[in-house]
Amino acid sequence: MTYPVVSRGRPGYPALLQELHDPPPRLYLRGGPADLLDLPAVAIVGARSCSAYGAQVARELARELGAAGAVVVSGLARGVDGEAHRGALAAGGLTVAVLGCGIDRDYPRAHAQLAGRIVESGAVVSEYPPGVEPSPWRFPARNRIVAGLARATVVVEARERSGALITADFALELGREVFAVPGEITSALSAGTNDLIRQGATPLLTATDVLEALGLERSPPRVPDTLSGGARTLLAPLSETARTLDELGRLTGLESAAMAAALTELELAGLVAAADGVYRSTTGGRSMA
Amino acid sequence: MLARAVTHALVGLEARPVEVEAHLQRGVPAFAIVGLPDKACQEAKERVRSGIASAELEWPLRRITVNLAPAGLRKEGSGYDLPIALAVLAASRQVPPERLAEHAAVGELALDGRLRPVAGIIVAAEAARRAGLTRLLCPFESAPEAALAGIEPVPLRHLAEAGAYLRGRFEPEPVEPAAPSTNGSWPDLAEVRGQERARRALEIAAAGRHNLLLAGPPGTGKTMLARRLPGILPALTLDEALEVTRIHSVAGVLPASRPLVDRPPFRAPHHTASTAAVVGGGPRPRPGEVSLAHRGVLLLDELPEFHRPVLEALRQPLEDGVVAVSRVGGMAVFPARFVLVGTMNLCPCGARGDPRVECTCSQQKLAAYAAKLSRALLDRFDLVVTMPRPRGRELDAPPGEGSTPVRERVEPAAEALRGSRPPLGDEARALLTRAVDTLPLSARGRARVARSAATVAALAGAATVETAHVAEALSYRPPQELAT
Repeated sequence: MTYPVVSRGRPGYPALLQELHDPPPRLYLRGGPADLLDLPAVAIVGARSCSAYGAQVARELARELGAAGAVVVSGLARGVDGEAHRGALAAGGLTVAVLGCGIDRDYPRAHAQLAGRIVESGAVVSEYPPGVEPSPWRFPARNRIVAGLARATVVVEARERSGALITADFALELGREVFAVPGEITSALSAGTNDLIRQGATPLLTATDVLEALGLERSPPRVPDTLSGGARTLLAPLSETARTLDELGRLTGLESAAMAAALTELELAGLVAAADGVYRSTTGGRSMA
Repeated sequence: MLARAVTHALVGLEARPVEVEAHLQRGVPAFAIVGLPDKACQEAKERVRSGIASAELEWPLRRITVNLAPAGLRKEGSGYDLPIALAVLAASRQVPPERLAEHAAVGELALDGRLRPVAGIIVAAEAARRAGLTRLLCPFESAPEAALAGIEPVPLRHLAEAGAYLRGRFEPEPVEPAAPSTNGSWPDLAEVRGQERARRALEIAAAGRHNLLLAGPPGTGKTMLARRLPGILPALTLDEALEVTRIHSVAGVLPASRPLVDRPPFRAPHHTASTAAVVGGGPRPRPGEVSLAHRGVLLLDELPEFHRPVLEALRQPLEDGVVAVSRVGGMAVFPARFVLVGTMNLCPCGARGDPRVECTCSQQKLAAYAAKLSRALLDRFDLVVTMPRPRGRELDAPPGEGSTPVRERVEPAAEALRGSRPPLGDEARALLTRAVDTLPLSARGRARVARSAATVAALAGAATVETAHVAEALSYRPPQELAT
């Protein structure tokens, strides 16, 4: 099977990539049209073994960016990368996965299906010809393409010596905007991102921060008018912080059954996400006017 | 001289009639048992000889042959002691052979002639009744169990009593029918603080007999809640109780103090249990934990720690409600309709879901842990609840609702569901369709949600399933973190 190739200096080669000091001589593509790579793009990268918080931030951020028309670029790795791709797809947005191996390699294996969904609208790209096996020394090189394709890079969660920080370094070298998602200071998974903030990266608080850097408009999640009374009652305590069902019950006085129904309603409306038995507002409380 | 006694051999949950023939011949004194006896049955020789001597009866100094017919059927266990002893006594005319032939007999002999209970008495008693026999000679402790089968038990403490009874010189005391058990209650739900969501799921599981998976960090009360499920299940009907009693009797786990299992059984095998122990098996098919939990609750604590083949073997009974055990020594079908409750941590180290501890599991370890639960098995849990670590304020809360009020809500709902399940309303159906489009929800997942929504509706006393019921049922679907 042959895949389309874009070569440096030829039409179709992404302009932003030229700014790298060692741009890849050619890019192999699976899926989407090559001009996809010239659309405004954001890289979302982070730890493979991320926390529920990291996974949720990555997914929700990608969802909002995707909905607003930004291309989400990431590395198809487990954890944050995978969630970022999924979030963009869930919003019907475009997403690009940059691999450190041949584009026919489906690495990691667990994300083979995800890769299949990505190429339906977006693309999987690599500077290595098909058939090249994944090996660790290729991943930092892959990260320069992730940073090179994106106008801004968001690091969601990273330990102190994480590959995601390499991506951030490339982005800084290119003079692109770097965002870091603040985390708890006690969490080793946020040590890298918090350190980035200390070094001057912009703390990411809402998707709007990124969209402004790209010059795009945010499409705010609307609270549907059809929302039931119970669901409305729960939005207020959830906008403050993540809560367990027991806490919500204590705060609102609602029955467990009623709350379960209301939370499902909010989940379907995309306003609330659940992870490990804890419910979080996906809007950070800002869309509730 | 020849005499016969009637007893029964257990084959699965059935009992087949066995004739015990004793033949005394002239010749060198000897004692042989033929007719495929197993080791325990072979050893009956020694117990019978000592038992007869201890009963101050005479051991005939003849060449004694005992045949267990049909000779092709394997005879196992010690229940043949009493019929063999009585057949020998009848052959030597120490008890009247014609009177012995009117009775079935079962029981193990002690060396001093006392009678000991054996497994499967109720099944043997039922077979005897069907064969037209009206009285069963059995150990004293087993008499209430035998009485459940509708046969008249002759409770015996000693072989000498058996001899005296058959000669018409002893009338055993009448057997009191097994009284409904009142003691030994299950732990109460009131002891669980907080975890309202899991409590609610427990109530739904009890009303609709849904399988329930409780996930969360250690110490959040998963096992505690699971142990309280049998206490809120509706009581068993008499037929159900007899069915469960039969299984427990054959497995030899029936307590003599409570011959009738009239409350939903609760089984919690350890995670090192073998496949045969859990689904049933052995050279002679024996019911496993899934059958012992029939009409009750099977708790698999720390579900992912169970051996993978054990978990996979559960899929068939979960689907069909029966286990077919095929062995060289025969085939048996055991009922296994139980509510499965699983508990698990969210990751191998247990820290995930606990805000105060950081999870140290590698990505590979997490993937291996998730892979342990196959999609197919996860699909069989109607209700999945992730239990977060309770905050201090929930633990300070006053005791929760007790088991009795919950059971009083569960019983009418379970009764309503016994008939036809409430149908889905139009709006509820639309919500379900929307959920399939928006959430990761499979076709099987949709059917499962519809089933639990019907139970939610039944608990609410509604005639049709409304959107609120579907919405609540949707909240118990497997969460993303387990589904990957």
